[in-house]
Amino acid sequence: MGREFLSIDHKSSEGDADDWPDRIHAVFKRFNIKQVGHVPDTGHARLLALCHNGDEINDVGLTTEAEGPALVLGATLGGQRAALLMQSSGVGNCINTFSLLKNCGAPCVLIVTMRGEFNDFNPWQVPMGSITEDTLKLCGFRVYRVDRETDVEEVVAAACDMAYGGNLQAAVLLSQRMINRMKGGHH
Amino acid sequence: MLDRREFVGRLLKDRGNLMVLTGLGTATFDVAAYGDNPLNFYIWSAMGCTAMVGLGLAMARPDCRVAVIAGDGDVLMALGSLATIGAKQPSNLSIICLDNAHYAATGMQPSATAGSTDLAAVAKGCGFKNVVIVAGLDDAEAVRRQMHANSGPMFVHARVDTISQPRILPTRDGYGMKHRFLQASAPPR
Repeated sequence: MGREFLSIDHKSSEGDADDWPDRIHAVFKRFNIKQVGHVPDTGHARLLALCHNGDEINDVGLTTEAEGPALVLGATLGGQRAALLMQSSGVGNCINTFSLLKNCGAPCVLIVTMRGEFNDFNPWQVPMGSITEDTLKLCGFRVYRVDRETDVEEVVAAACDMAYGGNLQAAVLLSQRMINRMKGGHH
Repeated sequence: MLDRREFVGRLLKDRGNLMVLTGLGTATFDVAAYGDNPLNFYIWSAMGCTAMVGLGLAMARPDCRVAVIAGDGDVLMALGSLATIGAKQPSNLSIICLDNAHYAATGMQPSATAGSTDLAAVAKGCGFKNVVIVAGLDDAEAVRRQMHANSGPMFVHARVDTISQPRILPTRDGYGMKHRFLQASAPPR
């Protein structure tokens, strides 16, 4: 395919299996998620590499986050579970396409890396970052927020259980402060 | 100019288990005109998303054949999705673009394809393995066979006329369509 998912800090063969991206990957596999759509994001780099390098998940690089909900509906019609990874700015790009999930009852788990909320070098992230949670709620998502690494696995699992068990849409917002504690975060 | 209804009718002949996704507007009416089918899924919101729904479905069911039938407006709204699809190379996916160069549902305003945008060239540039430019109705049979042949991803560019056709409105029940689609397409045990 010609794309390499190597990140100097997050080679999938290294790193601690207790790192929160690894825990999310483990939850995805446990819940039999087969497709993961994403627009690349630094905070998600290790999780993206894990999804790409493993055999269990078909990872799809999107040209815009807006494509993601459509991918999820397609996977659902094909009997597969799908999740989306994106940055908070990407949520804004999905407002209209989220309607597919509501209109057709397609379950979805969305993992969002937050920008513009803590020590971000780029203040232009603030307008979308500050309304991400409210936007998702308006779009019909159950929204959960994680500020501590030790909560990631439990909350993501709870979101997956709610979404795939109850045919709902659930989003987990990973705080920027937490992501920044990881090497290579959104500084 | 190609008669869009006649062209679609020839594509759907002997469809068997072909899964057909339709984009907003006239593409939906064209498919519905040949009768409802549990393996039809009509998209009624999120214009531009039809091709990506096709990708998710094609990847989930490599044993099936998926045809997306959408207008130029739908394809133009999400040109990037052609790049996304090109990167994954789903051999069982066909995108049939019925290009009348106008937005028929909103008053026939011209679209970008009325000018210099060439959607077949865009698809080729995005890596579609099989790009077909339809010259006339006689091309329909070859396209129909390729839709079933697992030789994609295929992009079919069909310039169609703007003659007004009867508006056939099929079901808009998303949940109902999802359930019947899953039941009708369930893999044999």
